[in-house]
Parts: sequence; C-alpha cells; structure tokens
Amino acid sequence: MKPQVFEPKIVAFCCHYCAYSSADLAGSMRIQYPPNVRIIRTPCTGRLETEYFMKAFENGADGVLVAGCLEGGCHFVEGNLCAKRRVTYTRDMLAEVGLEKERLRMVNISAAMARPLADTITDMVETVRNLGPNPLKSKNNLTNLTKLETRS
Amino acid sequence: MIVAQRKNIPELLSIVEKHRKVLLLGCGTCVTVCLAGGQREVSIIASALRMVAKLKNRALEVEELTIERQCDNVFLEQAAEAVKNTDAVLSLGCGAGVQALAERFNGKPVYAGLDTAFIGILEERGVWAEKCAACGQCVLHLYGGICPITRCAKKMMNGPCSGSREDRCEVNPDRPCAWQLIFKRLKEIGQLDRLKEIKPPKNWRPSQSGGCRTIVREDHRV
Repeated sequence: MKPQVFEPKIVAFCCHYCAYSSADLAGSMRIQYPPNVRIIRTPCTGRLETEYFMKAFENGADGVLVAGCLEGGCHFVEGNLCAKRRVTYTRDMLAEVGLEKERLRMVNISAAMARPLADTITDMVETVRNLGPNPLKSKNNLTNLTKLETRS
Repeated sequence: MIVAQRKNIPELLSIVEKHRKVLLLGCGTCVTVCLAGGQREVSIIASALRMVAKLKNRALEVEELTIERQCDNVFLEQAAEAVKNTDAVLSLGCGAGVQALAERFNGKPVYAGLDTAFIGILEERGVWAEKCAACGQCVLHLYGGICPITRCAKKMMNGPCSGSREDRCEVNPDRPCAWQLIFKRLKEIGQLDRLKEIKPPKNWRPSQSGGCRTIVREDHRV
C-alpha cells in the first residue's frame, strides 16, 4: 500500500491581467502544475487586504499564494506594490500568531509566463508540504474556504 | 486626530486570558483613519486572536463589532447588547474610548487593545506624525503655526538649540529641525519680528498637572 502523502490546499489569488492569464496559457500549452491550488481571480492584487489572507488561514488553508504583475507592469500602476507591502505585513502577523511565514508568498508573473507560474506553484506546494498541514485545520470545517468574506 | 497602534497579538491574548468570550470593539472615528482600530482592523485582529488561541489550545470566542464613536455615551448604546452577551470587552478605541466604555458598562471588564500614541496628522501614506501635545494653552500664533513644544525635541521656546545640522534635528536626524521650519514659515508670512520678543517660561498648569482636566461650558449645561 502506498504511503499517504500530505496534499496541501493552497489558495492562489491571481491578478486578472497577468497570473490568471498565465494559468490560462499554461492550460493551452498543456503545462502541468499540481492540482493543490484553488485559484481566485482578482481584478488586481492591490485589491487584496490583510484580512483576506488571515481569513484563508483561519479557515484552514495550508498556504496562500499571491500572484501579481511584474513590478512596473501593473495595470493599475502600483497595485502589485501595495500587495507586496500587505503580504510582508501579514507574514509578520502570521509569525506573531505562531504560523510559519513561508505559508504566505507573493510572486510576480506576467501573462506570458506560463512555465514560471507552473514552477512557482510546484515550489510553493513542496514548501508547504514540507511545513505540514495548517495546524488550525483539524479544528475547522474546510468548506468554509469558499466563504471568504469580501467587503463592498 | 488621535493616533494609535495595535498591541502585538501574543500581548492581546494575554490581556484576555481570563475570559472565554470577548467582544472586540472597534471605533469608527480617529483610529479608523489611522488604520489601527476600525472595522477592517477588528476583522484582522479577531482572526489573529482566534488563530493564536486555537494554536495554544485555548478556548476563546471573539465577537466583532465596530461602532461610530467609543468616546460618546450616545454611540455606546449601539454596543450595549453585544457587551451584555460577552465576558469582557477588548477595545480598539483610543484611551478615551476605553475609559468611556468602562464607565458606561460597570461590572464588565474592559481592556485596551491599542497603544494610544499622540494627536497628529497623516504626513504621507502610512506615516503619522505628532503635531499637538494638548498642553492646554496654545502658542501656535506666535510661531507661524508650527508647535515648538511638540515638534522641537527640546521644547525650545526662544530659538534653536544650535545643535541642528543643516535643517535636521540633532536628537533625531530623521526629523526636520522645528526651529528651521518656524523661521522659514515666519519669513514667508512676513512675521520674523515675532522672534525678537522673548517668551517667558511656559505656564504648564493648564497641561497635565493636577490630574484630569475638565472644561465646563455653563451655556451648554442642562
């Protein structure tokens, strides 16, 4: 019998103008990446707030990936730079809480970078697999993952 | 506005360690603007508290609510029901808000979740700076609208200390020398002659001496 391998669940917030398109391109090019990611399309990573990342972890996500445009290439000029600072802030807060900072990562991907996206996802999955399951998960209902609150 | 910053998460957990059900109460006024205790921060800190409590195997339920203003009894009524249903209140208001809550809801433990820092303004995105020490007797009219008490590290009232380098403060080179700013400003508005007048030592009695200060307006009393 094959030993059971931990399959992390990773929430990937992908910018509509770059990373989401590159995931689309990866599909067209038949590039494989691990099925552990749950992609959420955002109009811009600058729309993401610290609370989105916190709610994802609180609801049991093993990792959160934020994929925005290349620096200098944001459709909204500097949304990805705002996201970068918020990710840094949230990583510090995760450390205060007692979760590993490495569970949250931001990357910059252009719409043409299908292969780097697949490699990034693979690397993220391996990183989180090595960290182990989100210790909060055993006490949560994972179905809540689909119920992330949004602010209008 | 009043500027504050949050305490770190382990400290917040230790503050509420005696309680199982806590109301995290935000304030929609100053601390919302300085991104320390508004609705969004309540949501973030509540999540963080629930997570750290679970990781430490502590039973902790965190309710979330943000009201318009914590330092006003009228608005506190909006929180009455939620306060009643919890063991304690962790306020993300300023020090005035925390004390207003404690006075209104006697018998209910009320704790401060923020460190209230100063009266200041947003200098640039993400940077707040102190502008007023609430000394009780404003002298801004004498100094071109730049407060030497708040903005000069040595509270010099009759000119610079001569320790500044270029236009930087000797004590904190990241900050401009207040007296450089005062001189520049008075020159711009043609009031340099104000500097010729020697100011006597400041009367600190209207400031924080003798305990809590009060202002009474008889014309508004009922």
